[in-house]
Amino acid sequence: MQALALQNVTKSFGPIRALGGVTLSVGRGETLAVFGPNGAGKTTLLKIAATLMRPSSGRVLLFGGDPGQTPALRRLIGLVSHHSYLYPGLTARENLLFTARLYGLPDAPARAAAMLDAVGLARRGDDLVRTFSRGMTQRLSIARALVHDPQILLLDEPYTGLDRTSASAFTELLRAMRGERTVVLTTHSIEQGVALSDRVVILVEGTVAYEAGNGSHNAATVERVYAECVGIPA
Amino acid sequence: MATTVTERPNASSRALDRRGILIWGGGALGIIGMYMAILYAPEEATMSHAQRIFYVHVPAAWIGFLAFAVVFASSVGFLWTRRRVFDLAAHASTEIGVVFTTLAIMSGSVWGRAAWGTWWTWDPRLTTTFMLWFIYVVALMVRAYGGPGGQNARFAAVLGILGFLDIPLIHLSVVWWRSMHPLPVVVRTGGFGSGLPPEMLYALLVNVAAFTLLFAALFSIRRAQMAAQDVLAAREADDRRGTIRRAQPGIGEGSR
Amino acid sequence: MSPLAVVRHLLWKDLVLELRTREILTAMTVFAMIVAVVFSFAFSPSPQESLRLLPGMLWVTLAFASTLGLSRSFVLERDQQCLEALRLYPFDPGLIFAGKLFSNLLALLAVEVLLLPAMAVIAGVPLLPRLGPLAAVLVLGSVGLVAVGTIFSAMSVSTRIREVLLPVLLFPLAAPVLISGVRSTLGILAGRPWADVLPGVRLLVAFDVIFVVVGYLVFEYVVEE
Repeated sequence: MQALALQNVTKSFGPIRALGGVTLSVGRGETLAVFGPNGAGKTTLLKIAATLMRPSSGRVLLFGGDPGQTPALRRLIGLVSHHSYLYPGLTARENLLFTARLYGLPDAPARAAAMLDAVGLARRGDDLVRTFSRGMTQRLSIARALVHDPQILLLDEPYTGLDRTSASAFTELLRAMRGERTVVLTTHSIEQGVALSDRVVILVEGTVAYEAGNGSHNAATVERVYAECVGIPA
Repeated sequence: MATTVTERPNASSRALDRRGILIWGGGALGIIGMYMAILYAPEEATMSHAQRIFYVHVPAAWIGFLAFAVVFASSVGFLWTRRRVFDLAAHASTEIGVVFTTLAIMSGSVWGRAAWGTWWTWDPRLTTTFMLWFIYVVALMVRAYGGPGGQNARFAAVLGILGFLDIPLIHLSVVWWRSMHPLPVVVRTGGFGSGLPPEMLYALLVNVAAFTLLFAALFSIRRAQMAAQDVLAAREADDRRGTIRRAQPGIGEGSR
Repeated sequence: MSPLAVVRHLLWKDLVLELRTREILTAMTVFAMIVAVVFSFAFSPSPQESLRLLPGMLWVTLAFASTLGLSRSFVLERDQQCLEALRLYPFDPGLIFAGKLFSNLLALLAVEVLLLPAMAVIAGVPLLPRLGPLAAVLVLGSVGLVAVGTIFSAMSVSTRIREVLLPVLLFPLAAPVLISGVRSTLGILAGRPWADVLPGVRLLVAFDVIFVVVGYLVFEYVVEE
């Protein structure tokens, strides 16, 4: 069974079409990198996969189930988006506590503390998020998405705002999870995306222009194909 | 959107015939209605010829309320099915509703001046119609400023539903409010149904029928226009995309 | 997890945020007081008149003040798209409405507790003897106002003209609350028999039930993308 499956998904905003019939599936424990230029529909794709956006047509299945009919399936999803999803007026700990409680985790305070530790924010845990730097906010945002130990992790340009140290720490975190968790990530760095993923997809104008997987690709090949797909002379 | 593009020519040629019947039928009936209102119906005893406003006022008010009911039904249909046709129906009906409610309020005001010597009175029916008009206008505002990507359609649909459910409550509260403060002038009801001489009733019914046909015609025309606008916008978006793709293939920060 | 627990956690978050800064409460209360004073300047009512004018002044003040709190309540969620995060949880989006309804209601009731004695003093009308029925009407009216207001606040916050749209949406729809609220309050203060006030109270109850239920049902469509 596929962890995440999109079947012929389209999405239109009024007359503007953002996605035109995307069919994708990501297996259990697989990591998929999605590349594409601005406006290719990467964020729309992730939002639809996260059930935040309703597709205009087509279906989204999580472990074979329809999240529209079984809202409990949404529990399987962790999402890191462009926005932090954090309340600046709450402390880091309170933010995680709030999330943990809404997911109904049995020992919310312990879980929040463990997550703060995992992203290296244990010492700043009781400071307001308002006082955090961009990189710290991003780390906390990642912790927020992982609080309920989701099976499917959707990352929309997760490296944005991370400094070198945090970025490599996050890469380590992703490496450690590889194989256990299903990950879909979008990034502009093809090299980084290829290194982290089992399979890559290039999205152009709302459709899948290229798909390759299982070690049959390397960064240079993908770079070249990407250039062809979006029309940059190679 | 592709389906709309391909289905449209077929649908519009069929609709044109039906629309033609509605327009010509409504127009002809309207002329007969005006003849009956001005020449056929007898002069009313107390109000004299001013009473003839009645034949415009009542049908206009009826269309206003009918339009709101259509908005409600289409809004429910839109939120239920997400089909664009329902949204277009709700939008078209809102616009037509505003026009006819405005007409009803203005003609009612002229009537009030002739009958009660005042342009405006907080009569429950007038007040309710006035609030209805407000809700309609706000719905158009929501459509104009509600945001991109069909968000305005959703918001307008929610407002269409809430507004419709609110109307009986508004009416009841105004009735109760006025009952505590009786009107300074005794309201002369037009004398609905049995109180009306048959000629007046016929004239009224013909006018109501004419207005209803015209509503259906306008409704159909406006929906077709909006559907055509959609098709145009979709093609323009496609064109623009094509050009951008050829002209400047860039990789930048952020994405849609 | 039980719906009640979800609403409790949502409310906890709003209360912690508000009690840490008291932004909304302070703004609402100060604004309400100013409006009440301006009304007195505008009408400078004699003691007899103030009995007749007080209900209207009270409800219009509350309606104005409520828009301040309501419009802030979703700006809070909008800043970092937290509303989107709330939709990721496996519970019914209607519960987000319920949580906001409670926190907005608490804010409005808190303002009323402070405003009522102030208005009684300003207008010179003794409210204490009729406090029970008055409080009942105020609570019923506030529930209705906040129910409609919460839906429209969620809507207007994601439009370009946020603060402008909320009152324009809220006031026509809340007309039954304002009319019934003013008339019931007037009846109570004038010492009319209960039967005279009852139709207004019944209307308020009907309004509350309809819009709390409908709000819960349609909220999903308001917050989705």
